[in-house]
Amino acid sequence: MCLAIPALVKSIDGHQAEIDIDGVTRQVSIQLTPEVKVGDYVLLHTGYAINVIDEAEAQETLKLLRELSEVR
Amino acid sequence: MEFCGGHTVAIFKHGIRQLLPETIEMLSGPGCPVCVTANTDLDKAIALAHLPNVITTSFGDMIRVPGSYSSLQVTKAEGCDVRVVYSVQDALYIARDNPDKSVIFIGIGFETTAPTIAASILQAEQEGINNYYLLSLHKLCPPIMKALLDLGEVRLNGIVCPGHVSSIIGSYPYQFIPDNYNIACVVSGFEPLDILLCIDMLVNQIETGQYNVEIAYRRGVKPEGNQQALRLMDTVFEVSEANWRGIGVVPSSGLRLKARYEQFNAETNFDINPDPSREAKGCLCGSILRGVSTPLDCKLFHQSCTPEHPVGPCMVSSEGSCATYYHYGDIYTG
Repeated sequence: MCLAIPALVKSIDGHQAEIDIDGVTRQVSIQLTPEVKVGDYVLLHTGYAINVIDEAEAQETLKLLRELSEVR
Repeated sequence: MEFCGGHTVAIFKHGIRQLLPETIEMLSGPGCPVCVTANTDLDKAIALAHLPNVITTSFGDMIRVPGSYSSLQVTKAEGCDVRVVYSVQDALYIARDNPDKSVIFIGIGFETTAPTIAASILQAEQEGINNYYLLSLHKLCPPIMKALLDLGEVRLNGIVCPGHVSSIIGSYPYQFIPDNYNIACVVSGFEPLDILLCIDMLVNQIETGQYNVEIAYRRGVKPEGNQQALRLMDTVFEVSEANWRGIGVVPSSGLRLKARYEQFNAETNFDINPDPSREAKGCLCGSILRGVSTPLDCKLFHQSCTPEHPVGPCMVSSEGSCATYYHYGDIYTG
């Protein structure tokens, strides 16, 4: 129910955006994320972008996960 | 406890329980908005769906949930116009395209979904769509987390906090948990490594005795959440009491439309008189949602209650504990 998946923003038109998930495209609302830009990844939930995914934080998490696996 | 149904599914699906040492036990919480919808509320939705000239729209996972006497799916089979929508925006477009009908959206979901519903109400107002209505059954997570802790039925050391609810509300609303209950809190993502990272951070807090709210899912959650989404929610909704399956009425744990948006309120604009609600005999969904029982404790589990013939919502919802145990666990031992 609170499922949200990453989607790439391909184009923006007012309150709507076209997103791409692995080749599947759809029109979604960006009313919750008006700051989004083309090329951003967003978390998509029931046809609305609920957050812009922070790439720097994603890289940071990957780094942390790598460090964790090295310790073990 | 992993609060969120999505985390329960991820934990089971990726075999995380089997990877964890015996000293760590995972309990599933009430974070499945479909599962915690009380029969009284579902019966209201079904009663609305039976009204003439009404198109009832709902997210898919609600359609098969049995109410006291029926379900939205059965209501559809009886000839009523019940439609599954992926997005609340689709419900709005159905209203726009069918001006001679009343289109009612059954609003289920926590803070992840509520802002999208709020956006749809504002869009309806802006575009002059006057035949669009909401039955708000939306609920809030931090209040139910508090209610569960106050019940004192389960002793928790840590909570895997919801992922996408937190994308909206941020991490600050959970601060009362470490502050007042000495329980570790970490907001988690949904990939298997996300969950393991979260559990590692929880264990660290517990072992050092430094209880706090941390975010493991930092690519998806900021401490302050999504301010625009929160603003939309605050514009359209006000906090109200809500009826939680298995827990009862909890004050300040739900959302209802503000008076200004009364014209969109399905509850006040339609006259319905559903029969008194009743619970399915033998169904343990209530205590499962509180983390007190598991599906294995339920006599109906995988006997008379299966995904094909569900008795309670926890077997219907894709994030319900019973469905998760059935699909990904060992139905005899978990």
